[in-house]
Amino acid sequence: MVLVFVENQKGQFKKSAFEAVTYGNKMAALLGTGCEALVFGSSVENPGILGTYGAAKVHHVSDEQLNNFDSQVYATAIAQAAEKIGAGVVVLSHSSTGKSLLGRLAVKLNAGSVAGVNSLPNVEGGFKVRKNVFSGKAIAEYSINSDVKVLSLMGNSLQPEQNGAAAEVTGLSLDLPASKIKVKEVKTIDGEVPLPEAELVVSAGRGMKGPENWGIIEELAKTIGATTACSRPVADTGWRPHHEHVGQTGVAIRPNLYFAIGISGAIQHLAGVNRSKVIVVINKDPEAPFFKAADYGVCADLFDVVPRLTESLKKFKAN
Amino acid sequence: MKLLVCVSKTPETTSKIAFTAENTEFDTNGIQYIMNPYDEWYALVRALEIKEAIGGGSVTIVNVGPASNDTVIRKGLAIGADEAVRVDAEPKSSFFVASQIAAYAKEEGFDMIFLGKETIDYNGSEVGAMLAEMLDLPFISYATQLDIDGNNATIARDIEGGTEVVEVQTPFVISAAKGMAEQRIPNMRGIMMAKRKPLKVVPAVEANDPAVVVSYELPAAKSEVKMIDPENMDELVRLLHEEAKVI
Ligand SMILES: Cc1cc2nc3c(=O)[nH]c(=O)nc-3n(C[C@H](O)[C@H](O)[C@H](O)COP(=O)(O)OP(=O)(O)OC[C@H]3O[C@@H](n4cnc5c(N)ncnc54)[C@H](O)[C@@H]3O)c2cc1C
Repeated sequence: MVLVFVENQKGQFKKSAFEAVTYGNKMAALLGTGCEALVFGSSVENPGILGTYGAAKVHHVSDEQLNNFDSQVYATAIAQAAEKIGAGVVVLSHSSTGKSLLGRLAVKLNAGSVAGVNSLPNVEGGFKVRKNVFSGKAIAEYSINSDVKVLSLMGNSLQPEQNGAAAEVTGLSLDLPASKIKVKEVKTIDGEVPLPEAELVVSAGRGMKGPENWGIIEELAKTIGATTACSRPVADTGWRPHHEHVGQTGVAIRPNLYFAIGISGAIQHLAGVNRSKVIVVINKDPEAPFFKAADYGVCADLFDVVPRLTESLKKFKAN
Repeated sequence: MKLLVCVSKTPETTSKIAFTAENTEFDTNGIQYIMNPYDEWYALVRALEIKEAIGGGSVTIVNVGPASNDTVIRKGLAIGADEAVRVDAEPKSSFFVASQIAAYAKEEGFDMIFLGKETIDYNGSEVGAMLAEMLDLPFISYATQLDIDGNNATIARDIEGGTEVVEVQTPFVISAAKGMAEQRIPNMRGIMMAKRKPLKVVPAVEANDPAVVVSYELPAAKSEVKMIDPENMDELVRLLHEEAKVI
């Protein structure tokens, strides 16, 4: 059995949740077994929808205690559920929640674990999965030889596929320990796709000259519904918030489309973004190293070209 | 307060990555090493700041690795840690490393155990969670802020698209992300003093990880960049739509 632990934020599922179930379902098919989902919290809306992504059954633990995240309580709950359900593989999302749980679960379940896998397993004569290492500069293949395995799935590694019917939802009661953590506050910026999940990203660097010039970047991003990002010095000097910093020491992302505007393409920057499917570089220096990592390049002054690109995109969107 | 900071050694960020033995081993030829930036810049510095604010206690560094890791450990001592422990073994995997640190920390009664949010080589971010589980402690990951008042800690942590603020009492394990502290450059006095600070070497315990790397690969090379006429942004939009199919 493949058990997918499906996260929700304030009762809602995000795209990464549907990716995880799609992944679990495809893996179950390879292993000749079934895929079931596990959801936590009293406010989850429509857990049955996970069936349409391939979960044969949804186990719902509706304890209010699970409305807040505590890795100790969650790991205990997932491990208990995995044992009750007889899971051979537990799949998590490679999110802040999933990453905090993976190691704990591996220890609890005596399981081999791989963090941030980006491919379905090769199950011929074993169980092998791949993940990016060296901050995207290489790929490693891991073999896991324990009975139980736990994996976290990197965001944007596959597209969610919806084709089945809604699943039966059954309650599951577990024996939860008291939490030693008190969650005081959860602040999320509504209406914006967080960087690790974004399919379209507009990123800008020191070529912008100053924070007062970011209007053209935000306008471009808004036109296509993209999330904004920046290079490290831009975040370090406070031109942009820290959570926008991408690269080897910032957020690692792999969107479908990455616009790099006024960014030179230092190796530490590339490490975090070079797994993007398509990269467009706008830079006035024809020698900028980023052009070597780009699919499309525009060698020009960004202050001239970005507003015209936005106009062209608006025209395209209107058609 | 007794504070422990787990540090690892990683290839310097500009390193060219290559493999040997038919792509089964990382090629260490010509590689320069540094302390993992998250461990150094955020975890270690915040631990030192807390010790300074309290005006007492100790900061211990622990590393799992061979004797050649001592330069990285000495740098941590130069930045300000009081003492260091090195578990003498190749850091084979997250599980192996967590098992070693847990075996050492179990008897020591640390109030807080710090790590960086992940290493920049294997990007696992698993050691903290494993260690917390082995020691049966709370684990607060991706912390961007940590304030201590007696035994009570208030911690802000990064979550998808936002932040979460939690309260927890010592002891606990915490992984540090950007925002926790500012990088400190060791000064001459720190470097001199580091030479005389204790660095204890302890033997490893047995730990077998059922997940092992069997091979490595470099990403496929990008095809040649297509340069677009800056006067013709309609053409770029057309290509993104028709050729790349991303909009
Ligand atoms: C340990 C370590 C870790 C690091 N981690 C990261 C990381 O995670 N992420 C990261 O981004 N960096 C990281 N760096 C920093 C990295 O080495 C570079 O310094 C940084 O990425 C450069 O940022 P930039 O491209 O915005 O600025 P610059 O290198 O200054 O480049 C600005 C670019 O803008 C172009 N430009 C200027 N004006 C215009 C204009 N009018 N029109 C068009 N183009 C213009 C220039 O030609 C230039 O190419 C790290 C460094 C170290 C040492």
